[in-house]
Amino acid sequence: MLVFIIRRLNLFFFTMLLLTLLTFSLSFLFPGDPLVNLSGQINATPQQLEQLKLAYKSDQGIMQQYFAYLSHLAEGDLGLSMASQTQITSEIINLLPATIELSLIALMLAMFVGIPLGFIAAVNHRKTADNIILSVAMLGYSVPVFWLGLVAILVFSIQLGWFPSAGQLSLVYEIEHVTGIQFIDILLSDSVYKWQAFRDASAHIVLPACVVATAPATIFIRLARSSMLAVLETHYIKAARAKGLTFRQIIFRHAVRNSLLQIIRHIGLQFANLVTIAMITEVIFSWPGIGRWLIESIYQRDYTGIQSGLLVLSTFIFIVHIVTDFIYAALNPLAREHNHGTS
Amino acid sequence: MMKSKVSRPLIQMKQFYMLSVLLLLLSGCYGDDKGSLSANSVIYCAEGSPESFNPQTVTSGTTIDAVSYQLYDRLISFQTEDNEIGPSLAKSWHVTRDGKMITFYLRKDVSFHQTDYFTPTRPLNADDVLFSFNRLLDPAHGFHHVSGGKYPFFQSVGFSSLVEDIEKINDYTVRFKLSRADSSFLANLATDFAVILSAEYAQQLAAAGNHQKIDLQPIGTGPYKFKEYRVGSLIRYYRHENYWRDQVAIEQLVYDITPSKTARLTKLLANECDVIAYPVAHEKITEHPNLTLEAVTSFNVSYLGFNTQKPPFDNKLVRQAIAYAINKQAIIEAIYFGHAEVAKSLLPGSSWAHDESISGHGFSIDKAKALLAQAGYPDGLTMDIWALPVQRAYNPNALTTAKLIQADLQQIGVTVNIVSNYEWSTFSRLLARGEHQAVLLGWSADHPDPDNFFTPILSCASMNTGNNRAFWCDPAFDDFLYQSLQTTNTRERKKHYAQALRILSEEVPLLPIAHSRRYQARHKNVQGELLHPFGGIDFSGVSKN
Repeated sequence: MLVFIIRRLNLFFFTMLLLTLLTFSLSFLFPGDPLVNLSGQINATPQQLEQLKLAYKSDQGIMQQYFAYLSHLAEGDLGLSMASQTQITSEIINLLPATIELSLIALMLAMFVGIPLGFIAAVNHRKTADNIILSVAMLGYSVPVFWLGLVAILVFSIQLGWFPSAGQLSLVYEIEHVTGIQFIDILLSDSVYKWQAFRDASAHIVLPACVVATAPATIFIRLARSSMLAVLETHYIKAARAKGLTFRQIIFRHAVRNSLLQIIRHIGLQFANLVTIAMITEVIFSWPGIGRWLIESIYQRDYTGIQSGLLVLSTFIFIVHIVTDFIYAALNPLAREHNHGTS
Repeated sequence: MMKSKVSRPLIQMKQFYMLSVLLLLLSGCYGDDKGSLSANSVIYCAEGSPESFNPQTVTSGTTIDAVSYQLYDRLISFQTEDNEIGPSLAKSWHVTRDGKMITFYLRKDVSFHQTDYFTPTRPLNADDVLFSFNRLLDPAHGFHHVSGGKYPFFQSVGFSSLVEDIEKINDYTVRFKLSRADSSFLANLATDFAVILSAEYAQQLAAAGNHQKIDLQPIGTGPYKFKEYRVGSLIRYYRHENYWRDQVAIEQLVYDITPSKTARLTKLLANECDVIAYPVAHEKITEHPNLTLEAVTSFNVSYLGFNTQKPPFDNKLVRQAIAYAINKQAIIEAIYFGHAEVAKSLLPGSSWAHDESISGHGFSIDKAKALLAQAGYPDGLTMDIWALPVQRAYNPNALTTAKLIQADLQQIGVTVNIVSNYEWSTFSRLLARGEHQAVLLGWSADHPDPDNFFTPILSCASMNTGNNRAFWCDPAFDDFLYQSLQTTNTRERKKHYAQALRILSEEVPLLPIAHSRRYQARHKNVQGELLHPFGGIDFSGVSKN
């Protein structure tokens, strides 16, 4: 296990190094002064520019500049947003939880819908149920998310009026920003309208979460189906059957557990996909998350914003990868012994 | 199949418990809709973020809509019925015969907002009036340079050279001494910009060294008090419990900042907004059983402004050529759906100073080509047009307008690049610095006096504040404006304004395009008058049932 941890940390370290190198070089590749791109100070006075030069060591060699950049990152200083001239770090701290909330709920939704459906398909291999589920999965996977989002708004908010079309919570509820995760904040708040707000927040998350969850859910269906099929082919299942266990016992005691293990390995991979979808969905549903912010930064040519947003999002996805790897390793002793890691 | 008959009781029980707990959680909160918060709140979907919470420091309509009537009151105000000036914080006033001394008698029962950050100890008195005006008049005043030290509206109308002195006669009487008679002075005091701030709050801030908070955490006497502002997302106001006029009917007023016009429409249809600014799809709204569409004829103009300090628009002939090449009628049909009139001059037809003899620039490709060749660009040129990124009454869709102009100008060989990727506050800051070549913008009048169409946006004084987006200054033009203000004789004034309009028609620092109506849509359960012909939206009389 120790070797495993060291290997993962090693991987983390070098990936972060490459990532920071990329974002650092972006400041040279973007048009304009690299120093301004890095710091985001567009209206700096000559004195401030001097100070910035000192802080970012821009009169020294490229390696010193890179290390100065790294030390700024280590202090949590991502510079100012060129568009709003506020600290990017604080903007990201405000926005990232909303994205995490949406992605996690969508991930849960995708898993709770996709995996059981995949198992059902596998159990009914090559029967009607299997075919229906597979075609639905294919359809769901092919539908572009921006179209799905708009149709969902058109049908469920405008025509039927069941769910709201934008935001995390109706603006009439005043919930203090503590963790940034709306549901936790609502439960923590002492507002008398807490339960109204909770209901409202639940109604708000339904549409975006379903839209984000659609594509990953279809992938989980296929993953669950193939891994269940593989497990059902194994010898221990055959042995269990020979021992006279009922079909249900075989499925629930042995097959489900073992095929779940294979699926967990893919959650980390799916998460990157999911966050990309969530970024587009955030724009459609005006979800106040980091994806929408990043896309706005691109529109406004806020280079500092693009650079930092990229770094933070990639780091976030990468951390999720590593965490799922650890979970997988904890659940599956075989993975820990493997000398050649999977990701 | 598998799902219907799960046999392992352990799993089943667990799932059952979880499900029932969830259901309980959800159902526990049904049934209390009567006292719900949304029934006592109004959500207004606004088109942009305010730049400041003090209308003295801005001229943008977005900020005025958000701030002016909600948080503050003025000494005097325009009556809604006839646009005559009526009492507000001043219960009466007196003007001497020579027009140079104006005395205001204040109400004694006006209280300031009580918020988390300020508790007033006294009602409004003369000190507050003195503070509010001295701040913008006196460069040595402790608060003058807070928030940039620019008071664009007042600077553009030459307020500091007009007002010689403001004197406190007693606690509830204030006297303004003017250096000359000015027929638009009272109208200027009744505009959205001339608000009264709290001197006591300012003292408290000064003692703590927090001067800049005066424009960020505002205190006023208006119907609502400030609660919170999240940049680019929302403004929250609560009712001012001790408002000196009639008690406000709703508890909470929220501005949902929604720059996209389709998103605003969606929110209105999905019941997430009660009132929206600048709606699109008018038919859809009028057809809907729960929605109404309102329009007020407002005094405004949309124009294409040329930066006369930068080539090629430092050349008058180029400006004239462009003016001839634009088909205004087509813009009015495509952008305003016919709900606007073609602008022949800066003044709308309904203004008393409007002059029929000025016909503006017709649509003529030949004339445009000839002028362009004469200017030394026989092969055409390339220009940038900045399209304003928000919807305003005077131009509901600047980007499409820019595209129409782009197509028009293509015919005379002018290639147009459209710049439209800035957010409003950035856009406005860059314009003030003169970084544009040409800009699609407009102006909504703050009061009925025709001076308001000229001085704030085209005078030399307004050039220094960056509010004159054409960066155009003509002493002869300024002189006509000045002479017109010297007299109260309407016929005299009209003559001067006609002269000024002729200069504009010849010089074309900006090309007036249209005078439009301002639209707004709301749910039928929201009642009360919100729009005035001048200036911003006013939520003081709103109620919900």
